[in-house]
Amino acid sequence: MSLPAEIWHLLLKDLRLEWRQRTALAGLLLYVGGTVYVSYLSFTLRGGLPPAPAWNALFWIILLFAALGAAGRGLAQEPAGLRLYYYTVARPEAVILAKIVYNALLLLALAGPGLLVYTMLLGNPVQSWGLFAGNVALGAISLASSLTLVSAIAARAGQSGGGTLLAVLGLPVLVPVLLIVVKISKNALDGLPWDVSQGPMLTLIALNFIVGAVSYVLFPFLWRT
Amino acid sequence: MKWWKYLTIALLLYTVVMGFLGHVPRLAILNETERNLYFHVPMWFGMTIILLASVINSIRYLRTPSSRLDILAHESAKTGILLGVLGLLTGSLWARYTWGTWWTTDVKLNGAAVTMLIYAAYLVLRGSVSDEQQRARLSAIYNIFAFSAAIPLLFIMPRLAEASLHPGMGGNPGFSKYDLDSAMRLVFYPAVIGWTLLGVWITEVACRLAFVQEKIYEKQEKQLA
Repeated sequence: MSLPAEIWHLLLKDLRLEWRQRTALAGLLLYVGGTVYVSYLSFTLRGGLPPAPAWNALFWIILLFAALGAAGRGLAQEPAGLRLYYYTVARPEAVILAKIVYNALLLLALAGPGLLVYTMLLGNPVQSWGLFAGNVALGAISLASSLTLVSAIAARAGQSGGGTLLAVLGLPVLVPVLLIVVKISKNALDGLPWDVSQGPMLTLIALNFIVGAVSYVLFPFLWRT
Repeated sequence: MKWWKYLTIALLLYTVVMGFLGHVPRLAILNETERNLYFHVPMWFGMTIILLASVINSIRYLRTPSSRLDILAHESAKTGILLGVLGLLTGSLWARYTWGTWWTTDVKLNGAAVTMLIYAAYLVLRGSVSDEQQRARLSAIYNIFAFSAAIPLLFIMPRLAEASLHPGMGGNPGFSKYDLDSAMRLVFYPAVIGWTLLGVWITEVACRLAFVQEKIYEKQEKQLA
């Protein structure tokens, strides 16, 4: 089978499994919804909605922790026997690329409803929605691509669930992504024209390509254990 | 002792003596703090070079695994952290007396902090895996991955940023080539070589200690068997 075909089949398998065990997806959605609701309660306690910079920062922090939670499940949950089976039917490059795509889709599925609830409860200071939505999509993909290999490393390090180790290893790698994403997001909030955000967006896409390429090269080494 | 160790001592003595006593141009705000140029900047040079050595050893480890290469990568990373922490401390002190604050949000400062976080995470990862081969492979993969994710932060992002307090806008992230007084160059370049060589020296001693420890463990294991 060619590489794209393998990726496609692995992705379909992951999506099908996710759909059959809807509790996991529902759990993540509930986590995002719960966090948004708690933030809403803590802000309205003092009366009034958060100012735009706080709104922006809070949204990305919620999404960051959703990403950490989602990435902790993917590769970490698969038993060693299943890994051995993959090894016989697919090449490692296909496995990691399929996982990146799957994580990105999962995070998009979390970010969409999350954003909806967030704007409903905490107000909507966004002035250019096209840019904001595009940035959320790009940000979700970037978070997923940076975290996939790290979560595989954390899973191999033997800690069950990869809990703190995933966060410790993942956060430094995610800081560049978050810095750029929060900056573009602030531009969207202020309603600045597209071309102001073009440079940072291209940087983010380039960063994704670097991270994707490095994951592609390194995963086969991680696989051989 | 090898010849380059005498060179290190000579260069560092020269740096310290000329750094504190030599002639520096009179400038407002900077005043005498500009002598920090001989300490702060070369430490970052040394850190970058030694961390690069660490990554190269990690790549070599993945190609041909051996405990020697793993030790080289690990000890270089530790020396890199040492130089990085010294760079942060001297930089922070410098910032206090020129910008009036210990720390500000600045692309270059963020980049430096993230680099330190990455290598701290690298040490945490090493600490959490008990199997030696597994530890070596996982940490090599993380080292390469995190290094490639941090390069944009250290070398590309500062060049893209519109504003930064730190010297060297529109060119090299450290300083602009037009900033340097020719009398200061006579001390600065030897200082770069001196501090880098000191880093190499520390790494060499640490590696030798690690090799000896490894041999002792092997002997003890044989005696037990």
